[in-house]
Amino acid sequence: MKTAQRVYTALIFILIYAPLAVMILFSFNSTSSTSVFAGLSFKWYRELFSNSDTLEALKNTLLLAFVSSIAATLLGTVTAVGIYRMRSRVTREIIKSVTNIPMMNPDIVTGVSLMLLFVFVGRLLGRTNTLSFWTLLISHITFNLPYVILNVLPKLRQTDRHLHEAALDLGCSPVEAFMKVTLPAIRSGIVSGLLMAFTLSLDDFIISYYTVGADFQTLPLKIYAMTKKTVKPDMYALSSVIFFTILILLMLINMAGMRSDNNSNGSKKSKKKV
Amino acid sequence: MENNIIIELKNISVSFDGEKILDSIDLYIRDKEFVTLLGPSGCGKTTTLRIIGGFLQPEGGEVIFDGKKINGVPAYKRQVNTIFQRYALFPHLNVFDNVAFGLKVRKVPKNVIADKVAEMLELVNLKGFDKRKVSSLSGGQQQRVAIARALAIDPKVLLLDEPLAALDLKLRKDMQNELKNIQQKLGITFIYVTHDQEEALSMSDTIVVMDSGKIQQIGSPTDVYNEPKNAFVADFIGESNILDGVMLRDKFVRFAGADFVCVDSGYSTNENVDVVIRPEDVDVVSPEKAMLRGDVTNVTFKGVYYEIIVDIKGFKWMIQTTRFYEVGQTIGLSIEPNAIHIMKKSEYSGKFGDYSSFSEEYDTLDVNTEEEEDTETQKIDDETEEGLSVE
Repeated sequence: MKTAQRVYTALIFILIYAPLAVMILFSFNSTSSTSVFAGLSFKWYRELFSNSDTLEALKNTLLLAFVSSIAATLLGTVTAVGIYRMRSRVTREIIKSVTNIPMMNPDIVTGVSLMLLFVFVGRLLGRTNTLSFWTLLISHITFNLPYVILNVLPKLRQTDRHLHEAALDLGCSPVEAFMKVTLPAIRSGIVSGLLMAFTLSLDDFIISYYTVGADFQTLPLKIYAMTKKTVKPDMYALSSVIFFTILILLMLINMAGMRSDNNSNGSKKSKKKV
Repeated sequence: MENNIIIELKNISVSFDGEKILDSIDLYIRDKEFVTLLGPSGCGKTTTLRIIGGFLQPEGGEVIFDGKKINGVPAYKRQVNTIFQRYALFPHLNVFDNVAFGLKVRKVPKNVIADKVAEMLELVNLKGFDKRKVSSLSGGQQQRVAIARALAIDPKVLLLDEPLAALDLKLRKDMQNELKNIQQKLGITFIYVTHDQEEALSMSDTIVVMDSGKIQQIGSPTDVYNEPKNAFVADFIGESNILDGVMLRDKFVRFAGADFVCVDSGYSTNENVDVVIRPEDVDVVSPEKAMLRGDVTNVTFKGVYYEIIVDIKGFKWMIQTTRFYEVGQTIGLSIEPNAIHIMKKSEYSGKFGDYSSFSEEYDTLDVNTEEEEDTETQKIDDETEEGLSVE
């Protein structure tokens, strides 16, 4: 039984990671052959990082991910607090479902609809060329927003609702009470929301494809453009770099989640002790 | 106690979704007094506390603090502090920072804060716990931190919302004493909310008994126990046998088919009243020379005494006695005049004070017997009226 379990686990891992492993392996190949591994070399990585177009795209991607995830986190946190404090349960549930819809929506629908909106509004404003970095940024904030709300809202629900009142009771103004008590209590949710938004923005292709202008290119867009011709091993190198970046970010998210779980477990335990 | 009135509630009303939570509450609280709001859940006691704390605005009426109306004043500007039911300690701060929280908000100098926190932690017996995480503390310790945190900013009034409800019995008793000591030592007003009548009796200077959004009685613990105003108060505080009775004249009452001398007067002749007899005030005597006679239907050993249920003409009495009687045994009861307390009839009459549910066989006969009882009491009422008209 034990061995069966191990074999099964190994099989799953192979299925998931074999393609990635092959890609990473060939990114270190010294020739551009896709069948023969001629020898270990960093040739394609060198080529990749000397390509100024690629580096420009990388810079753009990171800039977009930073700005959009931070903006989405600010907006999302405020929204989550607003939803949490709603008096009427019915409206609260409705608003919550509405904010969840963009997550369920296929990216292509979100992308096309955003593009349409931008072009439509642009025409109303009398512009011919609306799509740009700014429309891309707005799109990324839009699709990141529900993920932030989804991370922050449960944290708010977990915190003792008397905490805010206790802070008021001790002399804090409502704003002070939020900054000093509520914010620390939901911090882990905000951090994991931020990291998730960053990751999602980093690897988004479909929505970006429809909402970006000609003057701005992100890595996923560039890779797609390049693969239309022939795939060179420097793309393997680039994909490997992206894979590891995402891997590290995911680990950070999980660690943030784990830490907050420990915290909430702690408070649950203390409640039991009570 | 000739202290000034510190808090006054005038004609306070609150309703949620059309349901009245508080119905024109009038209440004043003296400085340095230990006042308990006592009642079953949903009686409006916590709502009253939240109005004083500033967390809830009443729809009608005035909240007066130290002679000034404070209706619109937000919680953070009031000189009252609250101990919340689940303590509401700040989980991201250690014990020291929790206690220092209010002082830091008030921008008190650091060395003063350190002294004050040390003083407070000593007051609640948590010396040396400064650096501990609040989540590592036991329930009782968390409670103490909450008390220290609220007292650190020298409130004039401390509001306590069922602060001991989550503690186990032994700890609860210890904390009751400790809270009472702290209150007397610091000389501040405590307004304490609880549903535990024993807690209320043992700690309070004044008890405010509440039910369905109304104040039923205000008085000292001995007052509300010995002189309950209505059947609700009599039943909620302690155990009571509550019977229908008729005042034949001053200091003379008829109930359970017999006439008794009592100490109450001031009722009109022949007035229907509720008669309260506490289980510990009934003496068991031999059936021959007893005023009342009945069969024991249930016996429960309670440690210090036995709790026995006696069926007298269909009404089940609860009696506490140190001697053991067997189920089925016929015993006699004797009641002293000062053990009988007379109350005016109220909306609560007939709802409380019968221990019928104690007998197992009763459950199945529930509906029938209840009807019979009603007609029986009706008959008794008729008889007494007839008797009087003859007189």
